[in-house]
Amino acid sequence: MYRYDQFDARIVNERVAQFRGQVARRLSGELLEDEFKPLRLQNGVYLQLHAYMLRIAIPYGQLSPVQLRRLAEIARDYDRGFGHFTTRQNIQFNWVALKDIPDVLEKLADVEMHAIQTSGNCIRNTTTDHFAGAAQDELLDPRAWCEIIRQWSTFHPEFAFLPRKFKIAVTAAEHDRAAIRVHDVGLHIRQREGQVGFEVHVGGGQGRTPHIAALVNPFVPETQILDYLEAIMRVYNRYGRRDNKYKARIKILVSELGEAEYIRQVEEEFAAQRPGEKIALPASEVARIHAYFAPPQLAAKPAVSKSLEAAMAADPAFARWTRANLHPHKVEGYASVTVSLKPLGVAPGDATDAQMMLVADLGEQYGYGDIRVSHAQNLILPHVALDDLPAVYASLDAAGLGAANESRITDMIVCPGLDYCNLANARSIPVALEVQKLFADPAYEEDIGKLHINVSGCINACGHHHVGHIGILGVDKKGEEFYQILLGGRADEKAALGEIVGPGLKADDVPAAIHRVVEFYRAERTSPAEKFIDTLERLGHARFQEALYAAG
Amino acid sequence: MPLVKGGAEVDNGWTFVPDGAALPESGRFSVSFGRFLGLKQGQENGPLPDGVRLGPADDPAQLEPFLSEIVLIEVDFPRYTDGRGFSQAQLLRRRYGYSGEIRAVGHILRDQIFYMHRSGIDAYETRRAGLSEVLEALAEFTEAYQPAANGPAPIFRKRDGA
Repeated sequence: MYRYDQFDARIVNERVAQFRGQVARRLSGELLEDEFKPLRLQNGVYLQLHAYMLRIAIPYGQLSPVQLRRLAEIARDYDRGFGHFTTRQNIQFNWVALKDIPDVLEKLADVEMHAIQTSGNCIRNTTTDHFAGAAQDELLDPRAWCEIIRQWSTFHPEFAFLPRKFKIAVTAAEHDRAAIRVHDVGLHIRQREGQVGFEVHVGGGQGRTPHIAALVNPFVPETQILDYLEAIMRVYNRYGRRDNKYKARIKILVSELGEAEYIRQVEEEFAAQRPGEKIALPASEVARIHAYFAPPQLAAKPAVSKSLEAAMAADPAFARWTRANLHPHKVEGYASVTVSLKPLGVAPGDATDAQMMLVADLGEQYGYGDIRVSHAQNLILPHVALDDLPAVYASLDAAGLGAANESRITDMIVCPGLDYCNLANARSIPVALEVQKLFADPAYEEDIGKLHINVSGCINACGHHHVGHIGILGVDKKGEEFYQILLGGRADEKAALGEIVGPGLKADDVPAAIHRVVEFYRAERTSPAEKFIDTLERLGHARFQEALYAAG
Repeated sequence: MPLVKGGAEVDNGWTFVPDGAALPESGRFSVSFGRFLGLKQGQENGPLPDGVRLGPADDPAQLEPFLSEIVLIEVDFPRYTDGRGFSQAQLLRRRYGYSGEIRAVGHILRDQIFYMHRSGIDAYETRRAGLSEVLEALAEFTEAYQPAANGPAPIFRKRDGA
């Protein structure tokens, strides 16, 4: 993974010193809350319902064991013993005191981490495929380009006060696990005649007006991608709407201009760049950053592990976990492991300090020191030998992390909701946990197969309800919580927005309604191999809607 | 309102003349972007200004024919959240080669000054920050990742040994 050199370290340390000064000026009353707000926001500090929340960047979702241990220490020493992994591959702490935040940032800087630009109207953490560098189906490892984009976007002087926040996602696999079509900019790394380049999508997003991104350029060569991003950002900074924060995201600019006119403006700005404006990243710098992402030296192993097969035969629960939580690795004899942070009864994405310590240890002992956070709010050990899986599972299971539910119905993406968030209209976590209970039988859940349920507590859509196969959206009607159900969303390469299928349900009625939809799917599927989303697309929404509202 | 330029607090010898107000016969003054173009293009008669104030929506490309005659460009930040002035300054410096003064006016936070400096703004008319705060803000960062109109050379060039 990337390591800081003296320059990276200096920038992060200078940021800590700057923020320490800002906090001191706020605590002394010299800075008013209004003036402090934009400063704290660009350091990931939100004022939430109960306290300040600190969001820490995990660039493109990668952590070393040392870094994860540091997060565990922060959870233990400054929070209430847990942290919350987010859909943007970051981590949030909900109970850190403002006076302590400079110290926390200093402890992060010591392990090459920061909270820079994790909020505010600036370019946020770049996200990517959580199996990057390990997945069989990727063209190349996208992380080096994510790091190049991280550096380019960090403290970019022109783009720190954009009309609204700005999120970039990168993938290099045909199966899109980074949801690039619902990002402000989505980049798909392609190859043409031996040259690496980027397919550029702009203007995707969720929130109150969800959009699937427009394809703006099918191939921008790697040597020009930063200049092209500058053109995209400048057009947005100059012409994005600033009169209404709900119409300020780039998706609105693209849709109001129309795709053709938007593309014309970006291409015009790109063509107008003079030689002195080009970033001209030296090939040596590109190579330097790529070198940090060299694949780990994995010992040669046979494709089939006898010890794994024996363990699977002996323990059905372990066997089920291997069927659910493993992803094919590009090297024979290895797999990528999903550590589910969605056990029954726990807020999705939460991990205790002890659990973080354990995953850090496993990453060190069995995972070549590489740990990822997925946008589905799970942790990943991307490189584990098949022979080591029984030991890894035993440790995880003993710590409550053995849920066999990756991409299954209980592996829900859920925003913090009204329990924590001051934007929310309704609670998300309790509803999700009630739904989870109905599918608690692992054999039943396995039979249902792949099914994404995403839950948001308001229309800002932090729980990505628009792109869940089943989306649940909490709304407030005259002081009472109601939940609208959406069907048919997906965030992958066939990205689509779910449709609201009818009137909202009371919280108590949601689990049974979901259960009826799932049972309808099980009755109608052509075989267990036909996934929920495929049956839904084959039969259409109307019949699923009938099932949803079947009982009173 | 203090004006900070070149590491010192300096006297403001300029007057901004609002639209509709009479233009002074002597002294240095700036006018709005629209009035500036009107005077230069002969739609309004009067003494020709060598200062112009850009609102956030004004397109600096239209100043290009006059840049050699302009001494002061004021970039107005009506609200600190409106970042269009950063793009205007970068364009003036890097695309159109303007080398006169670019002055930030309006609602400016101390902690935006470093970004302004890097974008090519070299004078700051600030309501809340005095000289020492401006100088402090300018010194907070010694490195930068990306090329810009001003400030440190990008780190990638230092790494490359260039």
